[in-house]
Amino acid sequence: MPEPLLELHGVSVHFRRGRTLLRAVEEVSFCLELGDVLCLVGESGSGKTTLGRVAAGLLRPTSGSVRYRGQDVWHLPANAFRSFRRAVQIVHQDPYASLNPIRTVEDTLVAPLLHHRIARNRVDAVERAARLLELVDLVPPEQFLPKYPHQLSGGQRQRVSIARALTVGPELIVADEATSMVDVSIRVSLLHTLRRLREELGVAFLFITHDLAMAKYFAWQGRIAVLYLGRVVELGPTPSVIGHPLHPYTQALLAAIPEPDPDLTRQKAKLLLRSLDIPSLANLPSGCPFHPRCLHFVAGLCDVERPLLDAVDGQRAVACHIVQQERTGSDALQSRREAPTSGNDERLSLERG
Amino acid sequence: MRRSLNEPVLSVRDLVIQYEGAGGVVQAVRGVHFDLAPDESLAVIGESGCGKTTLGLALMGLLPKSARIVAGQILYRTRDGRVTDVVRLSGRELRDFRWKECAMVFQGALNAFNPVLKIWDQVLDTAGAHGLHDRTRVREQCERLLRLVQLDPGRVLQSYPHELSGGMRQRVMIALSLLLEPRLVIYDEPTTALDILTQRAIIEVLRSLRQELGFAMVFISHDLPLAAELADRVATMYAGRIVELAPVRDLFYRPRHPYTRGLLRAVPPVSGPLTTVASIPGSPPSLAELPPGCSFAPRCELATDRCRSDDPPLCMVGADHWSACHYWSAVSLDRRTERLGGASHA
Repeated sequence: MPEPLLELHGVSVHFRRGRTLLRAVEEVSFCLELGDVLCLVGESGSGKTTLGRVAAGLLRPTSGSVRYRGQDVWHLPANAFRSFRRAVQIVHQDPYASLNPIRTVEDTLVAPLLHHRIARNRVDAVERAARLLELVDLVPPEQFLPKYPHQLSGGQRQRVSIARALTVGPELIVADEATSMVDVSIRVSLLHTLRRLREELGVAFLFITHDLAMAKYFAWQGRIAVLYLGRVVELGPTPSVIGHPLHPYTQALLAAIPEPDPDLTRQKAKLLLRSLDIPSLANLPSGCPFHPRCLHFVAGLCDVERPLLDAVDGQRAVACHIVQQERTGSDALQSRREAPTSGNDERLSLERG
Repeated sequence: MRRSLNEPVLSVRDLVIQYEGAGGVVQAVRGVHFDLAPDESLAVIGESGCGKTTLGLALMGLLPKSARIVAGQILYRTRDGRVTDVVRLSGRELRDFRWKECAMVFQGALNAFNPVLKIWDQVLDTAGAHGLHDRTRVREQCERLLRLVQLDPGRVLQSYPHELSGGMRQRVMIALSLLLEPRLVIYDEPTTALDILTQRAIIEVLRSLRQELGFAMVFISHDLPLAAELADRVATMYAGRIVELAPVRDLFYRPRHPYTRGLLRAVPPVSGPLTTVASIPGSPPSLAELPPGCSFAPRCELATDRCRSDDPPLCMVGADHWSACHYWSAVSLDRRTERLGGASHA
């Protein structure tokens, strides 16, 4: 069996702030193959950006491992680590901050091409840069090459950032809220461009967002991981997570989202939470981190024991005692029947096809 | 029907606002015109740089010095039936008018508080500035409002702003804006930058406050779902103008301006099956260099030579439905059927 492109295993990231320890990410594991799409959705403070930085090799996890093609990246020799860093590129949220204001688009794109000796010389590099601009729909490229970031709109800047990420021929792009600072009317075309890159170049995406509508649209063929206070609480194929959320947090989130449709949004069944306050990362609740807000809270279980992310069928996993209890109670037989790997493979092929 | 019985609390008449700077004249608001009924909620939606925040500031008489009201009137009908033009109010009169008649809640509530004063002291300052010196009464009113927004008054009033979370600060702001029982509250992006669950709480708070206290609201937002939640009527703004104004269901289900339709197509719903989405080509024009004719024409699939030379006025195209498009009758989006049709597939 070939090794997955990128595998995070039991990754935790703790930050120290004075005397307090912030548990930004706790025990997160996931796996990405070439061409895969995984959306990390969560609210501010859920650890999604931190995870993105870990996946891109910009941050060393406190514990756990990050494997690139089967090898632990933090135990790689320097040159192999460099090729890992080239293979995973990150596109940041703010295109106003992530581009050097005194460099033209041409300079921005040519520099990595020459530095990594991807282009033979300047002429070749400029040609390649022009082709990359076409790839991200900045046409005609000669019109954009001599421009400075301030001469471009927000959407165009973000496209330049994507083209820059593509210079080194990445296998995985970590897009951290890459579309959220762009105006509504042009956000979708940026998503289209990213989707096309995935289809044409086979690039894998770790798409980080707080916007479930964008996640749904970008990762319909992929998976969604819902993060809450640094933990993955639910993971599964996008249509089933959005259509039939299992974790109480995912359910609350989906019920809370206003829809761009007056009748639909006003008729939506809202779930009230037990508390509006999000616990602090410095002082996480015992047991399940969601228990102080959860409607299904069971005293003595949820506030004591931390639920693990357990599979509920071939493709979905949920970290919730209640969901697990229900499944082991009523569906014990059925889930055992679903367990054999042949069943899972069938599901997978259905999903891909 | 209801609106014909009630005289509008606010009437904006052909308002034109410009910024004059080194780069030339920026036409931020170009002939905005609408009425607002006393218990009505109007959402002003548009993208960044469409002039919606400038409009909101003007309604409060809060424009920065670089802005100039070139033409138009902002008429308020006060409780005693007098009509005042905010454009003509002097400093002293404006201060009386703000909070009492009209309050505004800004985006980013942290900046709206004084960081070195406890919330209670800020409340007292505000109340004192408007002639309310009875501490017990202010306290009672304040506690009632804080409870309405689901906050614990005892805890909140004794806190400094930094001790409250973003969502709590925003709820405090919303509660305090109602302290002097204004007839109109303007909300500029009230839920932007808040978490989804907090956003939901604020939406519900605003809904119930309005039911309970009955005041008029203007929401300024780029967020279409928020308008779908809370507005009675929606105004779409583009390049400094209202290009469409209609009751919320008409605007969402039967838009009559290609820009509104474009926005609706660009924002997919979360629930339900995957629907088609499309963005609007191009990007919004700079308010300093507006194209001749209809400012949306360069991005519009319906545009003809007529649009490029002749700027369409806002015309009535249906019951209480206004659109500024020569070809409004060619604009259609049957979003509901699309959604229901899609649902039958699943």
